[in-house]
Amino acid sequence: MSAIHIPVLRLGQTYRSLDTIKFNVSGQPLEISVANSGLIRRDLQQLPKSGAALRAIPCETLVGYMEKAAELYLHGSLPWGDGDRLQSPDDYAVALSQLTGLPHSLARSNMGKVHAAMSNIRAVISGLTRGMPLELFDRGFVRQNGLDVNFFAETTSLGVLLPSNSPGVNSLWLPALVMKIPVVLKPGREDPLTPFRLIQAMIAAGFPREAFGFYPTTHDGGDTLLFGTGRAIAFGSDATLKKYAPYRHINVHGSGRSKIVIGDDFAADWPKHLDVIVNSIAANGGRSCINCSSVLISNNRDTLADALARKLAAIEPLPRDHPDAILCSFANPKSAKAIDERLEELLQTPGAVDLTAKYRNGPRLVEMHGQTFLRPTLIVCDDLHHPLANTEYGFPFASVLQVPQSKMIGQIGESLVVSAFTRDQAWSIDLMTSTNIERLNLGPYSTMRVQWEQPHEGNLFEFLYRRRALQGDLVAV
Amino acid sequence: MSSTLTPPQAQSALDTWTRKMIAWHFSPATGCDYWLKWAKTAGWDPRKEIKCFADIAKKFSHFDDDVLRTEQPERFVPKAYAKRPYNVFETGGTTGMPKQRVGWDDYKTDYEEYSDHYGPNFFPKGNWLMVGPTGPRRLRLAVEHLANYRGDSCYFVDLDPRFVKRLIGTGEMAMARKYQEHVIDQAATILRHRKITNMFTTPRLLENLAERMSLVKAGLKGVFVGGTTMTPQYVRFVVEEVLEGKINFAPTYGNTLMGLAISKKLTKADNYSLTYYAPQPRATLRIVNPDNPSELVNYGEYGRVELTTMTKEFFVPRFLERDEAIRRPPCSEFPWDGVGDVRPFQSLTKTIIEGVY
Repeated sequence: MSAIHIPVLRLGQTYRSLDTIKFNVSGQPLEISVANSGLIRRDLQQLPKSGAALRAIPCETLVGYMEKAAELYLHGSLPWGDGDRLQSPDDYAVALSQLTGLPHSLARSNMGKVHAAMSNIRAVISGLTRGMPLELFDRGFVRQNGLDVNFFAETTSLGVLLPSNSPGVNSLWLPALVMKIPVVLKPGREDPLTPFRLIQAMIAAGFPREAFGFYPTTHDGGDTLLFGTGRAIAFGSDATLKKYAPYRHINVHGSGRSKIVIGDDFAADWPKHLDVIVNSIAANGGRSCINCSSVLISNNRDTLADALARKLAAIEPLPRDHPDAILCSFANPKSAKAIDERLEELLQTPGAVDLTAKYRNGPRLVEMHGQTFLRPTLIVCDDLHHPLANTEYGFPFASVLQVPQSKMIGQIGESLVVSAFTRDQAWSIDLMTSTNIERLNLGPYSTMRVQWEQPHEGNLFEFLYRRRALQGDLVAV
Repeated sequence: MSSTLTPPQAQSALDTWTRKMIAWHFSPATGCDYWLKWAKTAGWDPRKEIKCFADIAKKFSHFDDDVLRTEQPERFVPKAYAKRPYNVFETGGTTGMPKQRVGWDDYKTDYEEYSDHYGPNFFPKGNWLMVGPTGPRRLRLAVEHLANYRGDSCYFVDLDPRFVKRLIGTGEMAMARKYQEHVIDQAATILRHRKITNMFTTPRLLENLAERMSLVKAGLKGVFVGGTTMTPQYVRFVVEEVLEGKINFAPTYGNTLMGLAISKKLTKADNYSLTYYAPQPRATLRIVNPDNPSELVNYGEYGRVELTTMTKEFFVPRFLERDEAIRRPPCSEFPWDGVGDVRPFQSLTKTIIEGVY
C-alpha cells in the first residue's frame, strides 16, 4: 500500500519535500514532508497576498465558514494528505492516538473541545473583542457607545509553533482566520494530523487556501517562522520561555504551573470537592498546561493528600481503545524514563514524599498494553521551595502543600490557571488584583474549565490588533 | 573535464603517488621537521613499509589535527620549500587558538583542476563575486585565483564565521541576524551596481541573497557553493527556487586540509542527492566505520569521513573529519569512491551549530 503523504502547504500550494518523517499508523505508512527554512522564508514574502484573500471576504461569512468547518472537522471525511484518500473522524482519532499516546477516548474528547471552539466562534470573538461587532474586521472601525473605535492589524500573519501533547491547543490559533490574519503553522512532530485536518476542514468550508501555511520543519525552520511573522506563538518549556522572552512579538506558552488554592472557608469541606481536584490533575491525561500541578490548602493537608493519593493511584493504564482510558502513553519511552528518574532524584531532597507510591499497583514507570506509561503521582511537600512543589510534568502529577491563606498569593509564583476555592470577598479581590495569575476561577471549579467568552492564555485579538486614537468628525466609511 | 582513467588505473595511480609522497615527506632532504622527528620515534620507516595507499590505513594512526594548533607552522615546512615564504591558512569557524596549515601552490592546483573540470561554459566569462569567509582562509585566495585562471576578476564581501558562531553560542540571535543582513546588504549592493556573472558563496548566504532579488535577473550564470550540509531537499530547493532552474550550480565539499571535492553532475536518478569526489590522488576520502575506523563501510551506508592528504606541501594521514557521509561507488566522471549526502558527524544524536554562514 502506498504511503499517505502529508505535504507542506505553501500558502495555497501543496508541496512534497524530499525530506520526510516516516510513521506507521495501524500498518499504514505515513510520510510527512519536512520544509527547509529557506523555503519558509521565501513563502513568507507572499503573506500580503494571503491577507488580501481573507480581507476580500466579509467577517460574517468567515464566521459561517468556521461554523461549517467545525462540523466537517468533527464529522466529515477530509483529505488524509495530498492524494485522493479520505480520512474519517475515526481514522483521525485512531491515528492521533497512535502518534501522540492519547487514548481514543481523549482523542475524541479533544476533538470535541476543538469543535466547540470552532462552533462557538462568535462567542469566542465576542469575548476577545469585548463584544465589538464583527464588522470591525471589515471596516477597521465601529461605533461603540457613541464613540468611534478604530483597530488595525499589527501583523500580516500569525506564526504558531504547535506542541504535540494535546490537540486541544489548536483552538488557540483558529480565531485569527476570522480576524482576517493568515496563519503559518509548524505542527508538533507527533501531531501533524490535527492542524492539517483543521486546515482541510476550513478550506472545504470556504476559507481561501492562501490563508494557510503548514510547515512541518526543523528547529531552524521553527525559528524562521517565529522571526518571519509579525506575531507568533510558541509552546514549550521554561527554556523556550527564556529563549524567546526578549522578543515582544513572540507569545510563549511555557509551563502552566496551574494551581488549586483552598481558602480557610473551604479547608474543612475538601471531601465535597475531591472529584473536582482529581479532575483538575488527571483530566486529559495530565498533559495540559491547565492541569493542576499544585494544591495549596490552609489546613487539613494530610487528610486531603491521603484521599487524593488513593483516588489518583487507582487510575490504571488501560489499552488505548478502552473507553475508560485516562492515562496517555509516552510516544518516546525514553522521556518517561527520564521523568521517572528525575522524580526519584528530586525525592531525595528532604521535605517531600510520594504518597501515591504506597497505594498504586506497582512502579510509577510501567510497560503495559504495548506502551510506556507513568502512573499518577502525588507528592506531599513541606514548603513551596522544594523542587517538586511548583513544577509540572506531562502526566497526572501534583504536589499538595499546607500554606496559610494570607501567604498563598505571595508564594504561588506565575500560574496559568488558579482555581480559588473560596467565598471570602476580601481574598477574592486580592486574587483578582494579583499579577501572577493568568486565568482565575473563583469557586470550586476545575482548572480545566473553559468559558468561551473568556480569553485563554492572553487575548489573541489584543495580540494581533492595536487600537488607534481616532478623532474628528469626518469618518467617511 | 572528467578523468580518463578506469577505477583500476586510478587505484594504480594512487599507489604510485603514495610511494612518491611518502618518499618525499620522509626523506631528510625534502621532508619537514614534524614528520621527520615523528618517524624517528615511530619505530618503523614509512619509506620501507608503505608500498601502496592501503598500507597508509594499516600503518598510520589517525592524524590529530590539534598539532596544527599546538605546533609552530614552521615545523610543517618541507625542506624543499625552505627558501620560499609560505601562506598560513586557518580553519573556518574555530574559536580560540586556530588550527593553521602552511601552503604554497596547492590551492592553485586544486582550483585550476576544478576550473578545468567545469570547462568554459559552466561559468561563462565575466566578473566573479565571493560572499563568504575571507580573512586567513585559503578560500579567499583560491576563489580569486579561480577567477584569474579563467581570465576574470573577483569582488569580495567578507563574513566572519567565528563572530557568527560566538553570537549563536551566546544566544544573541538578533545580533546574528543583523550581521547576516549586513553581509547580504553588501552583496546585494555589488550585484546591483557591478556586472557579476559568477559567484562563490555558502548555501545559506545564497538563499538569503535570493530573498532580496532574482539572481537570474541580476545576471548570474554560474554559482559555486561550499560550506555546509545540503540535503537532497535543500539542493532541490536551491536549484528550483533560489536559482530558478536557470543558473549553473556547482556544490563542493572541502576544507583547508583537503582542498576541494567536486560533486558529480546531478542526474534525475540522483534525486538531488549529492556525491563529492576528492581531488585524488592529492587527497583521498574514505568512509569508515565510526566504531572501527580501519574498516570501510559498504556502498550505500553512512560512515565517518576519513581524509588523507598527500601533496608535496602537506601530508595528513587518516584524519577523521567531523562529518559523516554515504559511501558511493566510482562514477563516469571520477573513477574512485565518492562521499554522498555529507552531514555533521552524529548530527542525528547531538546539537551542532552548523550552517552559520
